[in-house]
Order: sequence, then C-alpha cells, then structure tokens
Amino acid sequence: MTALVTRGLTKRYDGVNVVDSLDLTVNHGELYGFLGPNGAGKTTTIRMALGLIFPSGGEVELLGEPMFRRGRDHALRRTGALIEEPAFYRFLSGRRNLEAFARAGGDGEEARRRLSRIDEVLEQVGLSPAGDKRVKAYSQGMRQRLGIALALLGRPEVLVLDEPTNGLDPAGMREVRLLLRRLADGGTTVFVSSHLLAEVEVMCDRVGVLSRGRLVAEGPPGNLRGGAEHLRIEVGDPERAAAILRALAGVAGIEGEGRVLRVHLDGANPAQVNAALVSGGVAVSALVSERDTLEDVFMSLVEGSGVQG
Amino acid sequence: MFRVELMKAWRRWRTYLLAAALGGIPVLIVIAVKLSPPTSADSGDAPPFLFQILRNGLFAPLTGLAVIQPFFLPLAAGLLAGDAVAGEAQAGTLRYLLVRPVARTRLVLGKYGAAMALLGLLLLWVVGCGAFWGGVVFGFKPLPTLSGTTLSVAQASLRILAAAGYILLGVSGIAAIGVCISTLTDSGPGAIVATVILGITSEIVDQIPNLRVIHPYLPTHGWLAFTDLFRFPVEWGGMRGGVLISAAYTAVFLTVALVSFSRRDVVA
Repeated sequence: MTALVTRGLTKRYDGVNVVDSLDLTVNHGELYGFLGPNGAGKTTTIRMALGLIFPSGGEVELLGEPMFRRGRDHALRRTGALIEEPAFYRFLSGRRNLEAFARAGGDGEEARRRLSRIDEVLEQVGLSPAGDKRVKAYSQGMRQRLGIALALLGRPEVLVLDEPTNGLDPAGMREVRLLLRRLADGGTTVFVSSHLLAEVEVMCDRVGVLSRGRLVAEGPPGNLRGGAEHLRIEVGDPERAAAILRALAGVAGIEGEGRVLRVHLDGANPAQVNAALVSGGVAVSALVSERDTLEDVFMSLVEGSGVQG
Repeated sequence: MFRVELMKAWRRWRTYLLAAALGGIPVLIVIAVKLSPPTSADSGDAPPFLFQILRNGLFAPLTGLAVIQPFFLPLAAGLLAGDAVAGEAQAGTLRYLLVRPVARTRLVLGKYGAAMALLGLLLLWVVGCGAFWGGVVFGFKPLPTLSGTTLSVAQASLRILAAAGYILLGVSGIAAIGVCISTLTDSGPGAIVATVILGITSEIVDQIPNLRVIHPYLPTHGWLAFTDLFRFPVEWGGMRGGVLISAAYTAVFLTVALVSFSRRDVVA
C-alpha cells in the first residue's frame, strides 16, 4: 500500500508552475526525504498533499483517499503534520495547545484518545518540564518540539514534516533524526522535507530531489551519490601524467590544478591508473579514490534542471 | 470547535479587558447619577418619568445596554467575529486546524457561533453588572414605560433581558459580515478594524436624513427598536424589521464566507 501518491500534480501561480507535473510515490513504512533548495516547491507540494491549497492540475492520494474528495478527513485523521513553522496559541500553555487541537476535531473517541496521549508526546519530544508554560515563553527550539509533539498526537500512520529540524541545535537535530528513524522502524511512514543534504542522507530510506517544481532524481541516498567515481592524484609531473592518462582506456576526463589531478573514471580502476603512471616514469606521491558527495550530485541536478538565463 | 473557542476566550486577557470595559459602563452610570443626581432645574424640558427612572436601580442595566450599543458593541463584534478566521491565519494555527482535520464549513460556523455566544455573554454581563450595582445603590422599583404605564420589577427585568436578546439579534448581521471579512484576509487586525468601521459607518449613515432611501437596508437600522419593549402595548413593527434585516445579512454573509473559504488556498 502507498502512503502518499501524487500524479501530475501542478500548481500554477501567475503563469509559473511552482509545482510542475509532479509524480511522487511514498510507500508505507518508509522514511522519505524530500530534498530541494528553498523555493523549489516543497512546501507547496506539502500543502497540496494535505488539502490546504488546491492544485491547478493532477491529483493527490493520501493513504489511498483522494485528497479533494469526501474520504480525505479519514486520511487526515491518520496523518500528523508540521507545515513550515509550528504555530500555536501563544496565550495558552503547550499542554493546553495540544488539548485545543485534540478537541477541535470533535468530541468523540478519537479526541479522547488524543487527549490521553498528551503526556506521552510531551515526554517524547523532551518538553515535559515546560508543558505548563505559555507558548509565548518558549524558545524557537521548544516551539519546534511542540510542533512535532502535535504531529505525533494522533499516533499517525503518516507523518508529513516540513523541515522538522529548523531552529534546533545540533543535539536537538540529532534527537529528532533518531526519533523519526525509530518511528519509521516502527512502521510509521515519514515524509520529511529538508534543504539539508547531510540530514536527509543519514536518515532516509529514499530521497527525492525537487528542483523548480520537478522531481529531478529519486532513489536511496547511496544510489544517488553512487555513479561517478574519481581519483585525486598528486604527481611530480602533471603534464606528462595527463598525457599518459588521456591515452589510457576507461578514463573519462582529467582536471588539473597544480600538482593535483582529478581523474574521472569510466571503467578503469585505481590500480590500473597507478600502474600506467609508474611505468610511464611519473612519480605518484598520493592517490585517493573519491566518490561524488550527495552535495555534488545535488548541485549538478539542481543547476542542470533549471531554465537557463 | 465551538467549545474550544470558548475555552480559548476564557484563557485570554483580551476577553477580560472587553468584559471590564463593557461591565464598567453601567457601573459608571450608577456612580455618576449617585454623585450628581439630576434635578428638574438642569434638565429643562426632559419628560418627568426620566427622574423616576434615574432613582430606580433598574435603569442601570437598561442605560448600560443603550450606551454600549452604538460603539462598544460593534467593537466587540469586530474583535470576536472579525478576528475569527483571520486571527488563526495570522497566527498560523489555521493550517493546523484544517489538517486536524476540521471541515472548513464547521470551522466558519463554529467561529460564528462562538462569537455570537460570547457577545451574548458580554451583554448578559452588562445587564448583570448594571442590575447588581443599580440594585445595591438605588434598589429596584416598578419601571415606568414610555407610554406612561408602569411595569412591575419582575416584568421590567424580563423586558430588560428581552432587550439584551434583541440587541444580540441586532448585532448578528455585523458579526456575520465580520466573519466573512475574516475569511478573506490573513490579517487579524485588518479584519477587526474593517468590521468595526462598517458597523459604525452603518450607524452614521442611518442618521443622515438625505440617505433615508437606504436606511431600511442598513444592518444597524433596527438597533434602537429595543426601546419599543418599554411601551404599552409593546410595538413589534420596528423590532420585526430589525430581526429580518439582521437575518438577511447573516444569511447572505455567512453563505459568502462559506463559499469563498471552501475554495480558498490556505497559504498562511
């Protein structure tokens, strides 16, 4: 079963497609990282996925229910969300805020279940001691934690979190990452947007890269960075080394910078490169195999997909 | 939604400030009359029953209602109804209510219901404050009507409550306009000010004789008809008109609010 599907999802503002024919599939139980620079359309996508803004085209299905039809409330009740910043009634305490949101959806069994979970979620995000303070007095990090607590309150099957580590210190970020990982391992689907590559890279099962409203890459973070391998070598005679390597099969390209060469491999392995240089009489003082970081991949994707000029 | 709104109002300073301002008015009237009782000399050609009224504790809730109606009531309607949706949008809490999920229709109707309930409570509070201090200072006596007959204390109390009820119905149209404006903007203060200005402008236009043609269609036109409750026999025509015009404004503006809000992109 899929947790979230978008088909041809489009949002047009003033003739510009902020989200452009987006096809996205988030599977049940996975931790999906939605990566993109600011302004790529992440938040617009999230708002459409939750029914806050209406698409100009395409459709959204959350937990199997079409978002702009009747079944959506059933799906939304099983979803927890943090959309852009957390927002609360500043004149109420953290606990009363959670109460207000629990009751706002109705007075039935479902609201009672949420009310009974307030202590638990405050504990989960480390806010138990501050639960009775007014939100007015909270730091940005505390508000962020309360926002995550609110998203968790309904014991959701799907968590949609827009930049959940915003405003947290490094220790807080790590805590949140571990919490999300734990939830995903426990069967919760987590859809998390971020502009922080490192964050997404360490915690997500799968990553989608959004640029100018389009999905430009998708896959496990390991695969995304996988392909391009290159060598960094330090040699005594870079010109001669370059000439030798250009003649070697399986070398895709060479960039030089002083005595350091960056050699892009396409079939050749580091041992072959080393042997060729040494037998050609070039002294090799260092040879390091490097893979492109996710950042390299990300930058090339984001730059390459844009409209030029 | 409705109950959550009342809970929020209960824990908000603004509510108490509003209550203090409104409840203070009848108390001020009692103090003023006690300190410098009007005499027939300085009130010239005022009708004689006024003096009886002014020595009767029952006048305090009644004058209190009459005094808050033209200005404080539109202000309260603006604060409670104008801020209803726009305030949530501005705070960012609107998006969290909608994904909770609270259906958009329910949100608008719940907000309107809560605003009306709070306005009702404020009016009762004004009556209560006036009756308490008026009773303590002057005691209750039978109330003369505008037609020269008198009402027993019990009858008069019922009429005063009925007047509060009619004033509440009268403000329902302005409250609906407020909620409607509130669904169109993400600025709470903007919606509050717009609502208050519309209410007061309507009252001013209602006083300009040259614009007599449009008077019957103004949302505040029937507001003063509550005084007809203190005639013998009670004259219902003015109040019937006032209730109809309020109901019409409520129906139209709540419908516009529901339709526009159900299709609006919530980007706040």
